[in-house]
Amino acid sequence: MRFDSLLYSLGHTPLVGLPHLSPSAPDAPPDRQARLWAKLEDRNPTGSVKDRAAFYMIESAEKEGLLSPGCTILEPTSGNTGISLAMVAKLRGYQLICVMPENTSAERRQLLEMWGARIIFSPAAGGSNEAVRVAKELAAEHPDWVMLYQYGNEANARAHYETTGPEILEDLPTITHFVAGLGTTGTLMGVGRYLRERVPGVQIVAAEPRYGELVYGLRNVDEGFVPELYDESVLTARYSVGSQDALRRTRELLEREGIFAGISTGCALHAALGAAAKAVKAGQRADIAFVVADGGWKYLSTGAYDGTLEEAERAIEGQLWA
Amino acid sequence: MAIEVRIPTILRSHTGGAKSVEATGATLDELIIDLDKRHPGLRDRLVDDSGLRRFVNVYLNDEDVRFLGGLATPVSDGDVLTVLPAVAGGAS
Repeated sequence: MRFDSLLYSLGHTPLVGLPHLSPSAPDAPPDRQARLWAKLEDRNPTGSVKDRAAFYMIESAEKEGLLSPGCTILEPTSGNTGISLAMVAKLRGYQLICVMPENTSAERRQLLEMWGARIIFSPAAGGSNEAVRVAKELAAEHPDWVMLYQYGNEANARAHYETTGPEILEDLPTITHFVAGLGTTGTLMGVGRYLRERVPGVQIVAAEPRYGELVYGLRNVDEGFVPELYDESVLTARYSVGSQDALRRTRELLEREGIFAGISTGCALHAALGAAAKAVKAGQRADIAFVVADGGWKYLSTGAYDGTLEEAERAIEGQLWA
Repeated sequence: MAIEVRIPTILRSHTGGAKSVEATGATLDELIIDLDKRHPGLRDRLVDDSGLRRFVNVYLNDEDVRFLGGLATPVSDGDVLTVLPAVAGGAS
C-alpha cells in the first residue's frame, strides 16, 4: 500500500478474530457461535483510534474557514486525541496546545511533547471534566485560538460514521454487536448510527471506565458532564467497568490472543465478553466487534502489566487509564 | 438479604460517611424510596420530576439502568447498585 502522506494512511485497520477468547468452540454449529472480533485501531498513524477524529475535525475546520496556516489549536484531552491532533497539526502547519489532566501516563506527555504540542495541566481531581472546564476558560480568554472540542464536534462522530462503521460492516456483514469505550462518545455515536441504519437489531454497547474515587471525589452530582455528542438513543446497553476487570481483560487479550493493547481495550473487551456470554446463554449466534483503541506501549510505566492484578490495580489507582 | 447500594463520595454526607449501604424494594423506584427513609434527602439528590437526574448515573450490577427500564427496573436481593456522577471518561 502506498500513500502520498502519513495522513492518508489513516483507517482501513484490520479486524481480527479472537478464537481463544470467543466463548463457543470453533466446531459448534454456525447458528450457535459467539465470535469476538477486534478492530485494531492501534494500527493508525499515531497508534490510536483518535487519528480518525483528529483528521476529520481539522479538515472540517479548514473547510469552514476556521483554520488557516499558523493558527493555534486548543484541545482538552487525556492524551490520545492530543497526540493525533499534534501529528495532523504538524503536517498542516498549526500550533497545538493541549489541556491535559496531570494524572495521565508519562508516555502520553512525552509523546505529545515529541510531536510538538504545548501542554497545560489541569488538576488530577476531576479528571477529564476538569480539563474541559480549563480549556473552555482558556478559549474564552484567547478568542484567536481554535478549540475543536472533540466532545461536541460533529466531525468526531462523522469520522466514525464515514470510515470505521463502513470498514467494520464490510469486513463483518454478519455483525450482531458493536462494543467500544465511552469517552467523547464519538466512536459509539458514529459507528452506532451507521450500523443501526443498515443492520436490523444490531446491539450498540458502551463500555464506560469506572475510575477510583479521586476522579469522582469532588464531582458534584449537579455539575456532572455529558458530552454534547452523546445521544442515548443510539446505544442499546451501557456498562460500567472497574479498573480490575479492565486490567484482567487487557492481560487476557495478550496472554491468549497475543494482542498487546491499552487498558481501555480491556474495558471494551470485558463488555464484549459479557455480551457474548448473554448470547451463548440465550442460544443465539453473535458476531461481536469491539475497538482496540490503542496499544499498550503508552501504559508500560503505569504498572498495569507488572505483578499481580491487585498490585496493578493499586498502581493505576487515581490515574486516568482510558 | 438486601440490595447493596454503593454511594459516591459527594453523597456520603447523607449516609454518615458510609461507602456502601443497604436498601430493599422490588423496583429501582421502590429501592430509592426505601433508601431515602433510611438516609433522608438522598432521593432528592438522585431523582427529579422527570426521573433520574441528568448528571447521575445508576448501574445495576454494572449495567446502566437507563437501558434496563429506568426507575421501573426490577431489582432483587443480591444485586449491587452503584451510583456515580457523570464524567467525561474514556480514551479521549
